[in-house]
Amino acid sequence: MVSAVFHSPLGSTTEVTLDAQAKPVTKVEPDKPAPIKPPRQPIDWRGVWLKVLPPVIGMALIVGIWALLTMKSTSFPTPAATFTEAVKVFSDPFYIKGPNDQGIGWNILFSLERVAVGFGLAALVGIPMGFMIGRFSFLNSMVSPLISLLRPVSPLAWLPIGLLVFKAANPAAIWTIFICSIWPMIINTAVGVQRVPSDYLNVARVLNLSEWKVITKILFPAVLPYMLTGVRLSVGTAWLVIVAAEMLTGGVGIGFWVWDEWNNLNVTHILIAIFVIGIVGLLLEWALVSIAKRFTYDEV
Amino acid sequence: MKNFIEVQKAEMVFSTRKGQFHALREINLTVAKGEFVTLIGHSGCGKSTLLNLIAGLTLPSSGALICDNREIAAPGPERAVVFQNHSLLPWLTCFENVHLAVERVFGNSDTKTRLKERTLAALELVNMGHAAFKRPHEISGGMKQRVGIARALAMEPKVLLMDEPFGALDALTRAHLQDELLKIVARTHSTVVMVTHDVDEAVLLSDRIVMMTNGPAATIGEILSIELARPRNRVDLAEDTRYVHYRKEVLDFLYTRHGHVEKVAA
Repeated sequence: MVSAVFHSPLGSTTEVTLDAQAKPVTKVEPDKPAPIKPPRQPIDWRGVWLKVLPPVIGMALIVGIWALLTMKSTSFPTPAATFTEAVKVFSDPFYIKGPNDQGIGWNILFSLERVAVGFGLAALVGIPMGFMIGRFSFLNSMVSPLISLLRPVSPLAWLPIGLLVFKAANPAAIWTIFICSIWPMIINTAVGVQRVPSDYLNVARVLNLSEWKVITKILFPAVLPYMLTGVRLSVGTAWLVIVAAEMLTGGVGIGFWVWDEWNNLNVTHILIAIFVIGIVGLLLEWALVSIAKRFTYDEV
Repeated sequence: MKNFIEVQKAEMVFSTRKGQFHALREINLTVAKGEFVTLIGHSGCGKSTLLNLIAGLTLPSSGALICDNREIAAPGPERAVVFQNHSLLPWLTCFENVHLAVERVFGNSDTKTRLKERTLAALELVNMGHAAFKRPHEISGGMKQRVGIARALAMEPKVLLMDEPFGALDALTRAHLQDELLKIVARTHSTVVMVTHDVDEAVLLSDRIVMMTNGPAATIGEILSIELARPRNRVDLAEDTRYVHYRKEVLDFLYTRHGHVEKVAA
């Protein structure tokens, strides 16, 4: 009996046990300590509503205004007409009826491919360049006036240069993406390198680490969050630029599709394209934000 | 004993935007092998600057610093530094943080398993073996500082340089780590130079206390030898008349003789 008291995991039962000496043991000694259940949190309906409601109202408002404005219009499609058309367009996204008439799926994929190639090349060049600029102040002062000069140039101003050099539309579009998406990556990486806390670099100096170790163990992880910000901005820019570039270069792509439908005076399709461009941009951004979140470490 | 660290006529002048700032003047100091020396003084007196000079993180404007018969021209793993804010890399676990140092120092001579053993041994030395695979943000401030000390000790440095290592900790944790440091130093016979602004810490830990005058152009005001037997126990020492005397000596230097910058300047 006494041993039961000592082994009892709940200290407060001691008295009860002593009192209950006449009673059967099984009642006194619990088989297991009763797990302490945390009080169940009730679902915060108000919070859920406050999160869901405002965006829904916003969307409803814009569609409502659109519907009101187009009620009497003959040239501008109503939301309902656009929606039924969108369902039709997306019911067969991958048809090919000739070089200038392909499904919306192909158009999106071709645009994404151009963005991927242009952006990928920009990352390959821009990120190492940012590292070097951040690390060596001589290089920084050498290159930064050039960057300041070239960065504000409109993407489309680069297009003729691309056409001249590559003598083809597709590489020219990729070149435009490349040159526009490289700046945010260079600048953010360089700033990240310059902002690496001096404590970490002092650690590297005391340990006398090799340049390779400094880069892989200290610089790269410290710069990664900055770099990913650059990448995010770059992808955003690239997706903005591709539409404009494709309008001018033609071929298959979402930008060209918009221009083609304008020539066909198919305003419904243009509206659909606007939504599609917005949604794809949003998804790209979201994907990169979630990657960035994975690689941000907690400051200590 | 032989002089292990020698500072000869070191001067430190920083050029700032407002002009030249004379931080240290005529610093002459020698530290013997196995000695525990603390630098104490009011904030801004250049004690951290002096430590950085010994570490080689900054170079003196004039004068010479010598460690083990070689001039100190750059930082190096033989003079390990424990930084005030621990400076652990937040993306590495405690193990990896220490391993980075171990690998650098012993990577060429030891096998991989031996490197791991060394790392774990260093963490055990500061009682942090249980948190080896945690990241710095998952452990408390005192634990981080211990890992910082483990990283420094794991390199088996000739000199351990500590820049207010316990400054950011609460009084109880600080006392605990001081006791552990005393034990570790007794075991490893390390040569230690430590910056502090805590009088009790200085008297408890040191063989000699280097008291610095107020800046600008600070220099060594006085050096006090603490001849208390080791191992030292803080509770017993609290009533020890010599301890009280040493403590008063330091307080007297800091608050009576060098309490105000104006007085010194006049």
